[in-house]
Amino acid sequence: MDESTKHLNELLAKHKAGILKPADRYEIPPQAMPAQDAIARRSNVSEVATGYTETQARLEALRCLGCKNAPCVAGCPVKIRIKDFIAPIVEGDFKKALDIIRENSLLPAVCGRVCPQEVQCQLPCTVGKKFKDVDKSVSIGRLERFVADWGRKNHDKTNPKIAPSTGKKVAVIGSGPGGIVVATDVRRAGHDVTVFEAFHKTGGVMVYGIPEFRLPKAIVREEIEQLKNMGVKIVCNFVVGRTRTIKELIEEDGFDAVYVGVGAGLPQFMGIEGEHLVGVYSANEYLTRANLMRAYDFGKGADTPIAMSKRVAVVGGGNVAMDSARTAVRLGAEKVYLIYRRSEKEMPARVEEVHHAKEEGIEFHLLRNPKRIIGDSGGVVCAIECLKYELGEPDASGRRRPVPIQGSEFQIEVDTVIIAIGNSANPLIGQTTNGLELNKWGNIVVDEKCKTSLDGVYAGGDIVLGAATVILAMGQGRTAAAAINEYLTGK
Amino acid sequence: MVDVAAPLVAAAAKPGQFVIVCLSTDYSERIPLTIAGLDTQKGSIRLIWQAVGKSTAELANLKVGDTVENILGPLGKPTHIEKFGTVVCVGGGIGNAPLLPIARGMKEAGNKVISILGARNKELLILEDDFKAVSDEVIIVTDDGSYGRKALVTEPLEEICKGASKPNLAVAIGPGVMMKFCCATTKKYNVPTVVSLNTIMIDGTGMCGGCRVEVGGQTKFVCVDGPEFDGHLVNFDLMMKRMNAYKQLEKQAMENYEQHKCRLKDIGTEAQKNSKF
Ligand SMILES: Cc1cc2nc3c(=O)[nH]c(=O)nc-3n(C[C@H](O)[C@H](O)[C@H](O)COP(=O)(O)OP(=O)(O)OC[C@H]3O[C@@H](n4cnc5c(N)ncnc54)[C@H](O)[C@@H]3O)c2cc1C
Ligand SMILES: Cc1cc2nc3c(=O)[nH]c(=O)nc-3n(C[C@H](O)[C@H](O)[C@H](O)COP(=O)(O)OP(=O)(O)OC[C@H]3O[C@@H](n4cnc5c(N)ncnc54)[C@H](O)[C@@H]3O)c2cc1C
Ligand code: SF4
Ligand code: SF4
Ligand code: FES
Repeated sequence: MDESTKHLNELLAKHKAGILKPADRYEIPPQAMPAQDAIARRSNVSEVATGYTETQARLEALRCLGCKNAPCVAGCPVKIRIKDFIAPIVEGDFKKALDIIRENSLLPAVCGRVCPQEVQCQLPCTVGKKFKDVDKSVSIGRLERFVADWGRKNHDKTNPKIAPSTGKKVAVIGSGPGGIVVATDVRRAGHDVTVFEAFHKTGGVMVYGIPEFRLPKAIVREEIEQLKNMGVKIVCNFVVGRTRTIKELIEEDGFDAVYVGVGAGLPQFMGIEGEHLVGVYSANEYLTRANLMRAYDFGKGADTPIAMSKRVAVVGGGNVAMDSARTAVRLGAEKVYLIYRRSEKEMPARVEEVHHAKEEGIEFHLLRNPKRIIGDSGGVVCAIECLKYELGEPDASGRRRPVPIQGSEFQIEVDTVIIAIGNSANPLIGQTTNGLELNKWGNIVVDEKCKTSLDGVYAGGDIVLGAATVILAMGQGRTAAAAINEYLTGK
Repeated sequence: MVDVAAPLVAAAAKPGQFVIVCLSTDYSERIPLTIAGLDTQKGSIRLIWQAVGKSTAELANLKVGDTVENILGPLGKPTHIEKFGTVVCVGGGIGNAPLLPIARGMKEAGNKVISILGARNKELLILEDDFKAVSDEVIIVTDDGSYGRKALVTEPLEEICKGASKPNLAVAIGPGVMMKFCCATTKKYNVPTVVSLNTIMIDGTGMCGGCRVEVGGQTKFVCVDGPEFDGHLVNFDLMMKRMNAYKQLEKQAMENYEQHKCRLKDIGTEAQKNSKF
């Protein structure tokens, strides 16, 4: 028996006897996430974090104090009953844990992997507070992932009960996390559901944005299979607004309600000189080519051309920037520079991704921002010119505003620049749907039930929130589905 | 040229719009092609293309009855069609294909339509008869003089603009250089000019930004803001540079493909020689 199993057994014995004190729990070391070797993984696309072992999961679960007021729950957008699912993990009853998570989250294997836990459920955790270090909080997300993966391995698919057919038809536009949740919840109520997806593959950003090494596509595929098993129809290669408009879906095709979950749209550029040069990509384009069209298999069947970049600059500090940089490494780049205009503290990316990116050899250039991109005579990128920045007064977002230092220009030689500074709203639905209220950024305006300005039309996820998260999109999906079900009952 | 059954696309399509074709779900590149014609009764759309790279060569290798794995569309904003008066339609090479439905639409709206069709040589001229059916006048030019006038399309275009009945609108579709010089010509005579751009595209729904062009100093996205723009505002030089982006890799993909399918060799290398990409 190894050390940690012995440790676990001792703790379990105390726990069963009811004599495991909070002080004992504080002493259990936070369980580190096992991960692929940093050098080896530079040249593969397999998942980086490999997941807790059963022993690790139960040790980590023992760190939870089961606080009466459970402050962690307030940090979770879908209000998962956190301590209630952690307690059965201690006992080894993973099935029970999974059932409790499923009450509130339909995609635990996804959220456990990609939620920014350190600013959500794990931020208010009592254990983290005690150590004044959010990294020492109970690893709720990793436990969630462990339980979900256990379910996948043991084929624990509870086929949700479906109410008798109501004869009502609902269209779900977009197959991202929001759309998947709406389809599930509305189908459960007995309505006839069709999901329309513009791409030839389903899953939204979970498939074309977030890379395989962070979220294996098989997980998303299983969720879609589940939808199909429930009788949800899925139509790919169908752009709502073009192939059919929302009005046509309702007035001619007989849909009684519509959910719009089309996600974020047009990538933002910086408006600097040289952005049109060959070798400058938006992160969306770069990641789509890499993920959806498998540029990493170029020559092995995949034929999407993507620059075989050797020296890459990625501009931005969010998850999208980290994913781009880490993808570039895997596509064979020798040098990858991450250029971000604030300091590391202000980076919106998940802490774990920043950590992994550094391990993989990505060079961080903090407090730097591009001034222009320089091309050669053929119009191909050859360098990027940056300015140094310092932090000034806090701005509207509460973060300290970066201020350029005059005369601090310097150049880095690169052949590829990836811009990952955010997206604005996808204009297509707005352009083609009369009477749909948008805000000044082009996002769809909804009320607290996710209803838009049009009757029977609901919306959620990135198209409403701007760039958000998987779990927020799912949360809105839940809300919208409940409202749709209520609306159809009255109809 | 092929007709593809795609009833939903056919029902919604209007002149000026395009589709994205993807040959296999797992790996294939997604290529935009203009809807050159449709049959709403049969529910089919007509695609015309030139085998310039791997994907188009692969497409050309399909036989009647084969299926194309994915077709997405119709995409892009439809052409703005109304009665302008006299409309000159200028087509270069394969650009004649997307131009045809526009010429037809303009004619049906009551315009006088003059079509100028350009090709490198007689063999490469397409759709001549179709244009005759929808135009008041058709002018043919070839680079080598093997058919029609030996000239570039800009010559007859300039004559028409200079003439007594100055056209109210010009529509030019073809290779980047051709559109660039057409616009330079019409600008001299203040003839409003619409061009249709065929940039690199990935999703075609306004997500990736791959199709960006500079129009009037602003960044525009061809798939959602276009494909048609005011030709006098388009920065053609930038656009043409971007179109060359993947030349090297596309060549490699083509070579890989050729090794697998030697019988395609002829189409492939021939197409590459002829290609302006
Ligand atoms: C690279 C990257 C990394 C990210 N990392 C994280 C992370 O670590 N953690 C996290 O929580 N969040 C992350 N996010 C954000 C998260 O993925 C999104 O917030 C979330 O996916 C939004 O979900 P959604 O339901 O709005 O739809 P999306 O996932 O955006 O999907 C929308 C779907 O609608 C389709 N569509 C669009 N227009 C139409 C139309 N007209 N007709 C039919 N279909 C249409 C699209 O093709 C797409 O499939 C990341 C995003 C990116 C891009
Ligand atoms: C809107 C649009 C839609 C498209 N859709 C399709 C499609 O459906 N299928 C497809 O395969 N491809 C499509 N394309 C791709 C593209 O049109 C062709 O690959 C491109 O036209 C090259 O054709 P070519 O080599 O035959 O032209 P070329 O034979 O090289 O040139 C044709 C003519 O252009 C004129 N020209 C050339 N250079 C100049 C110059 N410097 N000055 C003045 N005139 C000049 C000449 O008159 C010449 O005869 C589309 C393009 C556009 C613009
Ligand atoms: S869904 Fe996300 S925020 Fe909620 S408990 Fe799970 S990991 Fe935390
Ligand atoms: S706050 Fe932390 S310790 Fe308390 S119940 Fe939640 S996870 Fe457990
Ligand atoms: S093709 Fe992707 S934004 Fe236009």
